[in-house]
Amino acid sequence: MPPMKVLVPVKRVIDYNVKVRVKADGSGVDLANVKMSMNPFDEIAVEEAIRLKEKGAVEEIVVVSIGVKQAQETLRTALAMGADRAILIEAASDVHTDIEPLAVAKLLKAVVDAEQPGLVLCGKQAIDNDMNATGQMLAALLGWSQATFISELSIDGDSATVTREVDGGLQTIKVKMPAIVTVDLRLNEPRYASLPNIMKAKKKPLEEKTAADYGVDVTPRLTVVKTAEPEGRKAGIKVGSVDELIAKLKDEAGVI
Amino acid sequence: MDFGLTEEQAMIVETTRAFVENELYPHEAEVERTGHLRMDLIKELQAKAIEAGLYAANLPEEVGGAGLDTLTWLLYEKELGRANYALHWTCVARPSNILLAGNDEQREKYLYPCIRGEKWDCLAMTEPGAGSDLRGMKASAREDGDDFILNGTKHFISHADLADFTIVFMATGEEQTPRGPKKKITAFFVDKGTKGFTVREGYRNVSHRGYTNAVLEFDDCRVNRRQVLGEVHKGFDVANDWLGATRLQVASTCLGRAERALAHAVSYAAEREQFGQKIGKFQGISFKLADMAMELKAAELLTREAGWKYDQGTVTEADMSMAKLKATEVLAFIADEAIQIHGGMGLMDELPLERIWRDARVERIWEGTSEIQRHIISREMLRAHGA
Repeated sequence: MPPMKVLVPVKRVIDYNVKVRVKADGSGVDLANVKMSMNPFDEIAVEEAIRLKEKGAVEEIVVVSIGVKQAQETLRTALAMGADRAILIEAASDVHTDIEPLAVAKLLKAVVDAEQPGLVLCGKQAIDNDMNATGQMLAALLGWSQATFISELSIDGDSATVTREVDGGLQTIKVKMPAIVTVDLRLNEPRYASLPNIMKAKKKPLEEKTAADYGVDVTPRLTVVKTAEPEGRKAGIKVGSVDELIAKLKDEAGVI
Repeated sequence: MDFGLTEEQAMIVETTRAFVENELYPHEAEVERTGHLRMDLIKELQAKAIEAGLYAANLPEEVGGAGLDTLTWLLYEKELGRANYALHWTCVARPSNILLAGNDEQREKYLYPCIRGEKWDCLAMTEPGAGSDLRGMKASAREDGDDFILNGTKHFISHADLADFTIVFMATGEEQTPRGPKKKITAFFVDKGTKGFTVREGYRNVSHRGYTNAVLEFDDCRVNRRQVLGEVHKGFDVANDWLGATRLQVASTCLGRAERALAHAVSYAAEREQFGQKIGKFQGISFKLADMAMELKAAELLTREAGWKYDQGTVTEADMSMAKLKATEVLAFIADEAIQIHGGMGLMDELPLERIWRDARVERIWEGTSEIQRHIISREMLRAHGA
C-alpha cells in the first residue's frame, strides 16, 4: 500500500494547567482571557501521525480544527510539531460556544470526503467537556472501522493492529483500513515543537473555511441547564494505630 | 505600536517554558543540594535541548542557531531564566556571540563545536584588581615572534572548569589619550591543557549553586598569533561589537525568575488562611502583590523595549543599562517580598524562593554593577549638556 494521508482533528481547549472557574450565572466555564492550548489527547494524535510519517507509513499529515478563529493558533502548534497542512473551519465567533460532537463529526466527514485520508487519528476526548463522542460518530457517519482508546498502533497494509485501554486491562484488536483511531494517554509522549520547526510553521499552508462552506448546521441541540464546581474534598482524618488503619480500610473504605 | 507577541513568539515561549518545566525543574533540587551538575545529566538534557532546537538558539541560522531576533531571543532567555542557572546555562547553552567574531579557522575550532554541544566556551576578563574598572587589568601578553606569551591571573570566571577553552582578555600595551594613558587590550583563544594555563577551583558563593567560577592562571603561557580573536589591541572593540546585549540577557533571565517567584506568592496568598481568612485578603499582603506585579511589568517593558530598539539599531547604552538595572533590582524586591508573604515556609528549600532570593544577589553585581549602570545612564544625560 502506498503511503497515505492522515487527518488529525485538533481542538482548542482551556489549558490543562488553568484552574477552571465557573461563570457566575452557571451557564458555563469562564473562558475570557484564559490560556488556551491544544487538547492534550489531540497532541498525542499529532505526535503519532508524525511518527508514522517518520517511519514512512504516512505521506502527508493534515490537521483540522473546528471552532473560533483563534483555533488557528492551535493549528500552528500542530504545524510546528510537524504536520504539513492545516484547515481551519470557523464555526463560532464566541469562545464560549461549544460545537457539539455530532456537528463536528459531520464537518469532519465532509473534510474526509474532500481529502480522502487513509486514517483519521483523533484524541479520545477533549478535556474541556469530556464528551468522548466525536471519533465514534465520525466512524458511524463514514461507515469506517473504529478503534478507540488506543495505547499502541501498528499499520500493516490494509489493516491495523491496535492495543486498546479497557477496564481491567489491554485488548488487542485488528481493524480494517481506512479507520478512525482515537488515542489514549499512554500511546506516546508528544515532542516539543522545536524552534526551527516553529519558524517553518508560518510558511505552511493554513486554509480557512467556514461551517457553511460544508453545508453543515452547527446549531446546538443540547441545552446546558447548569454548570457547577465539584464539591470540595473533605478533610482527611488521622488514625491512631496501624490496627485502626487496617480496620478502616476494611470496614469503611472496603478496599482490602 | 504593538505590545503583543506574534504567534511565532508565543510558540517559542511555550516550547521553551514546557522544556524548562518538564526537563529542568525536576533536577533543580539535586543541583541545589549537591552544588554539582553531573556530566551524565548534562549530556542527557543537552541532547533533548538540541532535539528541541533550543540549544545555542541565540546564534544566527547560518551557523546553526535559531536565528531569533533580539526581542524573541530575550523572550526565550526569560523562560530559561526561570530555572536553576547551572542547569539552563550548561544544558541549554547559549555560546557567546563573540565567537562569531572569529575567522573561518576559529569558527571551525570553537564556534561550531559549541553549537553542536561538543564544547563549552568561557570568557575571562575580571581580575582581582580589575572588576568594574576593566582597563585596570594587569594580566598581559607580549609578542614573541609568531607567538604571544600570556601572564597573569583572572578570577570569578564563570564555568571555566567545564569550558574547553577560554577567550581571555589581556593587556598588550598602552596608548596615550587626552584623558591619560589607556591600556590596549587583545582577546585570545586559549585551549584548556595549553602549557602554562591552569584553571583552579574558584570561590564558593551565595548565588547560582552548581554554577561554578574559577581562577585562571597564566604563567608564561605561549599561544600562537592565530589564537588572537579579532585584531591585536582591538579586544575591547570585539567585546563591544559582540557582547552588547548581554545586559539584556541578564535582565531577561531575571524576569523569568521574578515571574516564577510572584506566581508562588500569588497562589500562596490565595490559599493560606490565617485569622479566619485567606492572607491575600489582608491589605498588607494584597498591596505587596500589586506592587510586585507592577514592578515586574515595568521591568519587562523596559527590557522588551530595549530589545526591540536593539533590532532597530536605535538602542542606547542607557536603554540597556536601565533594563538591566531595573530587572535585577525588581527580582531582588520580588524574591524578598515573596518570601515575606510565605513567612517561614519561604525560607525552606522545599520551595524555590530561598534560592531565587540568593540567586538574585549576584545579578546586581555581574555584567556591570547597579552603580555602573546608573553611571552609564546619567553619563548619557549629562553628556548632552557637555558635562
